[in-house]
Amino acid sequence: MSPKESNTETMSIFSPQLSARFDVLVAKYPVKRSALIPMLLYAQDEIGYLSDAVIAEVAERIGITQLDVRNVATYYSMLRFKPAGKFNIQVCTNISCMLRGAYELYERFQDELHIGHKGVTSDGVFSLEEVECIGVCCWAPAIQVNYAFHDELTPNDVPKIISEYKSKANGSVKNA
Amino acid sequence: MADVTFTVDGKKLMAPAGTLLIDACRKAGIEIPAFCYYPGLSLQAACRMCVVRQEKVPKLQTACTTTVAEGQVFVTESPEIAQARKATIQLLLGNHPLDCPVCDAGGECELQDMTFKYGAGESLYVEAKQHREEQQWSPAVYFDRPRCILCYRCVRMCGEGMDVYALGIQNRGVTSVIAPNGGDHLDCEQCGMCIDACPVGALTSGSYRYKTRPWEMNHVSTVCTHCGDGCKVTLGVKQSNDGTEIVRADNRDKSGINGDFLCAKGRFGFDFVESSERLTKPLVRNAAGKLEPTTWEHALRVAGTKLKEIRDNQSGKTGGGDAIGVIGSNRTTNEENYLLQKFARTVLGTNNIDHDRSTDYVSFVQALAGHEGKIATLRETASAPAILLIGGNPTEEHPLLAWNLRTNVRLNHARLYVVNHETIKLERQAKAAQGVPPNGYKDVTTLLDQQQSEFAKAVMAEDSLLIIFGQEFRGAQLKSLVAWGLNRGNVRFAYLGDHSNSRGAADMGLLPDLLPGYVPVGEAGAFAQEYSGLPVKAGKSQAQIFDAAREGKLGALLVVGANPAKRAGVDPANLNGAFVIVLDLFPTETTALADVVFPAASLYEKTGTVTNTFGDVQLVKKAADHAGTKPDFEILVRLAGSMGVDVKTLVPFGKGGAVGDFGQSRGAQAGEADRHAVWLTANGLEPKVSPFDPLAVLDEIERLVPAYKLDRLNLFAGNDVSTEPGFVPVSAIASAGSEMIAPAHDGLFTSGELGRHSAYLSELNQYESRELAETAAD
Ligand code: SF4
Ligand code: SF4
Ligand code: SF4
Ligand code: FES
Ligand code: FES
Repeated sequence: MSPKESNTETMSIFSPQLSARFDVLVAKYPVKRSALIPMLLYAQDEIGYLSDAVIAEVAERIGITQLDVRNVATYYSMLRFKPAGKFNIQVCTNISCMLRGAYELYERFQDELHIGHKGVTSDGVFSLEEVECIGVCCWAPAIQVNYAFHDELTPNDVPKIISEYKSKANGSVKNA
Repeated sequence: MADVTFTVDGKKLMAPAGTLLIDACRKAGIEIPAFCYYPGLSLQAACRMCVVRQEKVPKLQTACTTTVAEGQVFVTESPEIAQARKATIQLLLGNHPLDCPVCDAGGECELQDMTFKYGAGESLYVEAKQHREEQQWSPAVYFDRPRCILCYRCVRMCGEGMDVYALGIQNRGVTSVIAPNGGDHLDCEQCGMCIDACPVGALTSGSYRYKTRPWEMNHVSTVCTHCGDGCKVTLGVKQSNDGTEIVRADNRDKSGINGDFLCAKGRFGFDFVESSERLTKPLVRNAAGKLEPTTWEHALRVAGTKLKEIRDNQSGKTGGGDAIGVIGSNRTTNEENYLLQKFARTVLGTNNIDHDRSTDYVSFVQALAGHEGKIATLRETASAPAILLIGGNPTEEHPLLAWNLRTNVRLNHARLYVVNHETIKLERQAKAAQGVPPNGYKDVTTLLDQQQSEFAKAVMAEDSLLIIFGQEFRGAQLKSLVAWGLNRGNVRFAYLGDHSNSRGAADMGLLPDLLPGYVPVGEAGAFAQEYSGLPVKAGKSQAQIFDAAREGKLGALLVVGANPAKRAGVDPANLNGAFVIVLDLFPTETTALADVVFPAASLYEKTGTVTNTFGDVQLVKKAADHAGTKPDFEILVRLAGSMGVDVKTLVPFGKGGAVGDFGQSRGAQAGEADRHAVWLTANGLEPKVSPFDPLAVLDEIERLVPAYKLDRLNLFAGNDVSTEPGFVPVSAIASAGSEMIAPAHDGLFTSGELGRHSAYLSELNQYESRELAETAAD
């Protein structure tokens, strides 16, 4: 319960590379907890979401309570507490994109994937999110799939994008 | 800091530079509304209720974060400001359920008061309100989310004040919500401080919610009965079928020794008074050998006759005063303790009197005898610049002291030094900590003197020190610590003991060898004149009393509010037929052995004074009533009466009892007595006209016990007044008995017999042990 009771013996749930990165991050700032947000983002990239185990380990590494970590993490909509699909499709519906047909685009994604906002397909390949401006207004409407952008889209581009990622997913399953 | 002059609403005010405007205004009687501001906690500036207009500043400023400087000009009330506050309230009420008629806080709610004052009677919002079900976070804490105004007081109270950090704030904007550390439940100290700080009814208490309306209660300030710190607690009471029922405990006006604070025991642990196991009728053992309910008259007659017979029977081996033993309590008032020993010594003719000694106050006071101004009051623990805490675990056993130390470190940057054989939580506030082996406390002063560690150097570099030490110290070891401190100079002491009046039990002479004020029975001085028939030989200790019983030499045993049968493991057969009289709240192992049992009132059902472990005396006021019970004071007086004693020799009540001439005797000034009576009543000092009035005995205590020269007006105003063990006569007699000390070590949710009969504390105790078990299993 108290931040002081740390248990350094626990095995890390992160990869050795990420662990090493965290060791550096924690020592980098005058106040340890300044490392919190970057750590959460990296952890989410590696694990997929902020699981209880992620929160516990990050809290312990920084020496704050798990509640503290949750207080911060819940503030940011880009941090999530449930697993997303392998490919997280974020459709911007802010003003520029909206004016250029983002809602039609978003609806098409919903129809094709049979999921709504924050939904995950049953095979776990895709998740869908309606998000605020992602900073590509000049090529609106735009979407972001994990860290990749697709812009100047029309609803008709949707099946192609989906099948493209689907084959990537299958490939990776085969490779796995 | 230097004083500055500034103007508020056209009035010139002065305050030290840097004072918060809101504080400066409150001092000057100008009330600025505030939700998130809470004195002593960090600034939040979240609610915007405190906005004021400052000259030459374009926007309204928050008074809770503005510090005053020379020449500033403020306006705190104007149509513009009223409009701003009204708008704030409108926003706050946007999703508020307005369920004041069923809300616990209704009538005591800051949001209600502000809405009343700034009258946001209509709202521009037409959106549907979001309802959320109330949540139970623990047996003590409930949360009604829609009522929350997000002032963050609870979060700061729990984190900064309690150092528990069990509450947080999650999400953002309109979805922000207060969250407990366990996800859907609280794993914490269950102190209820968050509930207390909440300005609205969002956090409510498991023990009080939906019980009554605030205006239907009477509020009586008295002293908590659960530990040696002695918090002032305000009991909310209501009429009930069998007397007056306590429905709530809090510290309503925050005027006591404890300021803002109450722990779980003080706040929730009052329900033992309602326990169905309470004794409510006198019991007398009948011919068939069973305890049978009877009338007070009969029980008193049986007990009185028997006591008298044994005392007066000088022929048999179980006769005379020496065949009677008396055991007193750690929880009864000073007046009752005094009366009990006076009854034992002057009526029963014995010095065989003792109590459960959990703390070696005798050695402490003897070490300080003759040294005035060396004892620390509890209030000083919140202001002393440097504190050395040796042994003890205040967080568990002295919650108020722990609160004071944390506050002192946080607000005044006090330097706390901790020496302990375990890791204690207060080390988190300590400037330095030093571990010692469990038997290593005797070497602490040597360690300090040698100044080899950083710790010792830091402590020794302090100008002044407040030394607080735990029950690890007794006898010679305690005396050598005190001697070391006295020798060093600029040191004050506090000794941590259990129970609400353990200190008072020792101070009032519930000891076989010492009279009240630690006067040796052999050198009784003033007592010798006042106590006719005082035996000069030291009496038997508790252990010796039971030895005598085993040898068949004990005729009678009188036990008040104690359970020696359990503590000393007394086998009934070993009592050899001694006649046992017990005064208690509950059936215990000892009442089971008794021949006569009297149902006693609890501390919450009587008047008197108690002394906390720091030697601060406070007034106990009768709050509740439990039909069938009587205060121990009254029972003892009646018992003496039933033995044919002139009770005036015990309790100096009525005319002739009072020592001063209050003007009644001056015939020419006939009206003066009346005027004087009015004044006395106004000051709570009415003449003692009843033998059951403990305050008549307080007069006698003040007269005979030099350490108890009390500031009466302050005492009766409900404040703590300190005693001065330095006035205790330096005596040649070294009292033995340190080996009889057995600390109780009650924790956050335990309180001896009282705790066992408090359903609420038992529940909290179980809840928190379940939490611990779960954590351990993880
Ligand atoms: S009851 Fe006390 S410890 Fe628990 S959350 Fe409230 S303030 Fe914190
Ligand atoms: S629960 Fe009460 S104290 Fe806590 S933020 Fe809400 S209104 Fe303020
Ligand atoms: S700290 Fe002690 S005196 Fe104060 S409320 Fe708790 S148990 Fe009662
Ligand atoms: S509005 Fe869609 S990217 Fe900016
Ligand atoms: S009291 Fe000043 S902003 Fe809340």
